[in-house]
Amino acid sequence: MIEAKNVWKKYGDQVVLERINVSVQEGEFVTLVGASGCGKSTFLKMLLGTETPSEGELLMDGKQIRDEPDRDRGIVFQQYSVFPHMTVLENVMATKAFARKGLTGYLFGESRKAAREEALHMLEQVGLSQSRDKYPDALSGGMRQRLAIAQAFLAKPRILLLDEPFGALDPGIRLDMHALVLDLWKAYKMTVFMVTHDIKEGFYLGTRLWVFDKRRDDPHAPGRYGASITFDLPVGKIDHTTYQQIDDQLRPTPVPDPVFMEKQNA
Amino acid sequence: MKRILNLQAKRPLAALLGLLPIVLLIVVYSVASDMRLKANPSDKLLPSFTQMSDSMQRMALQPNQRTGEYLFWVDTAASLKRLAYGVLIAAALGLFIGVLTGSIPLLGTTFSPLLTIISLIPPLAILPILFIVIGLGELSKVALIVLGITPFIARDIQRRTHEIPSEQLVKAQTLGANTSQVIIRVILPQLMPKLIDAVRLSLGAGWLFLIASEAIASTEGLGYRIFLVRRYMSMDVIIPYVIWITLLAFLIDWLLAKFNQKLFPWHKSGDQR
Repeated sequence: MIEAKNVWKKYGDQVVLERINVSVQEGEFVTLVGASGCGKSTFLKMLLGTETPSEGELLMDGKQIRDEPDRDRGIVFQQYSVFPHMTVLENVMATKAFARKGLTGYLFGESRKAAREEALHMLEQVGLSQSRDKYPDALSGGMRQRLAIAQAFLAKPRILLLDEPFGALDPGIRLDMHALVLDLWKAYKMTVFMVTHDIKEGFYLGTRLWVFDKRRDDPHAPGRYGASITFDLPVGKIDHTTYQQIDDQLRPTPVPDPVFMEKQNA
Repeated sequence: MKRILNLQAKRPLAALLGLLPIVLLIVVYSVASDMRLKANPSDKLLPSFTQMSDSMQRMALQPNQRTGEYLFWVDTAASLKRLAYGVLIAAALGLFIGVLTGSIPLLGTTFSPLLTIISLIPPLAILPILFIVIGLGELSKVALIVLGITPFIARDIQRRTHEIPSEQLVKAQTLGANTSQVIIRVILPQLMPKLIDAVRLSLGAGWLFLIASEAIASTEGLGYRIFLVRRYMSMDVIIPYVIWITLLAFLIDWLLAKFNQKLFPWHKSGDQR
């Protein structure tokens, strides 16, 4: 369904991503991990359409993926994902309103009633029924992310992109959110890409784990080489050594530069 | 003893402290006025409070002998009407220009330089042009207010539009929204409280342009009256008029602030999510 053919991303001289070659089937749940600044979010943005590959092709169903956001690809950001001027219920109903063609994006009459029913049902699924008349400002961080997830799932996109959606949440709430996302993913059967900086999250959530890292590095010119996918593993079949290997790779102890050390000793 | 930097007044004392300079100012004025009037009973510079209230009674409660109008209220109505028209038109225009140039990048790059140039023109400098082109009637006074504050409102709204997190715009698009839907349902509602804030900030300038244009060409209005009675050095009219204008300005500002709180409960200034 999604295919990347030799995808590169550069900003001027800075290479962020290089030689990305992957393909993803419908219904997979891919978790993207890697050190900060390694380009995993950039890859997600290319899937979303707010960034485009500098080289290579990113295909969806064999066609170039659209270079602006649309209904095929849903998104939940770490923050700012919900509309602050709408109540919880209105936020979810907006999904239905935006799905229809029209000038204003407001719903009237029968369609409004239907949207309300669907939105209420969705709120029940994510456990926000009690707060439906509150404004996002009055919600906790976890509830706001639930709301953002409800909006995204109700739009029934083919791909759902999660950009560190739980990064700002407490560990306990994070577990609840994992359960929620897994339940919804099973119920709605969509393809999910989730960026996280929590490696453990990547190991039990979803079906497939990608690790982004640099294959080669020039310590004098950090922007010369970009990151690529160094591990592409099916989740559930990963043993402890691999985990350790990946963990070490992402949190390396700095190796002193031999040339530099010699100079210092001299 | 704490450092002065850390000293704070408690509730009743704070209110008292706030009132102190105002009371002091009134006392100083009345003492000075008394002294001057004692030396010269026909002194005009610092009228006593009785003189002022007499003048105001004449202006506000008795019909003018020549026209039969209650001048104070005629002036107030005329000025408020001009101000209201000017500010409303400026707000509508400013919102329109600001939202479009702020949310549609192509329009932004096309019109932002022009908008910057226009906002730098001193409005009073083009008042003669207005008088020449559209005459001395009501329209030119309203036009001056509109020209004076529209660029400010438009630029403020443009900046506020840019402040809306792009995540929200992307999110709306992933839910299927088109350009007009994003503008009407995501951007515009979030700008309404900002528009009222911008209007509150521009009201001071609005009053300035109103009084300036009334002073130059008018037959009634608060600014007109002040400049008219200046010829007779009628401080007993000018001072109450200035106090009245200040009070009106305060009331309008207060009402708009209340309006904002009531209408947009989700809006907390300086805090966005």
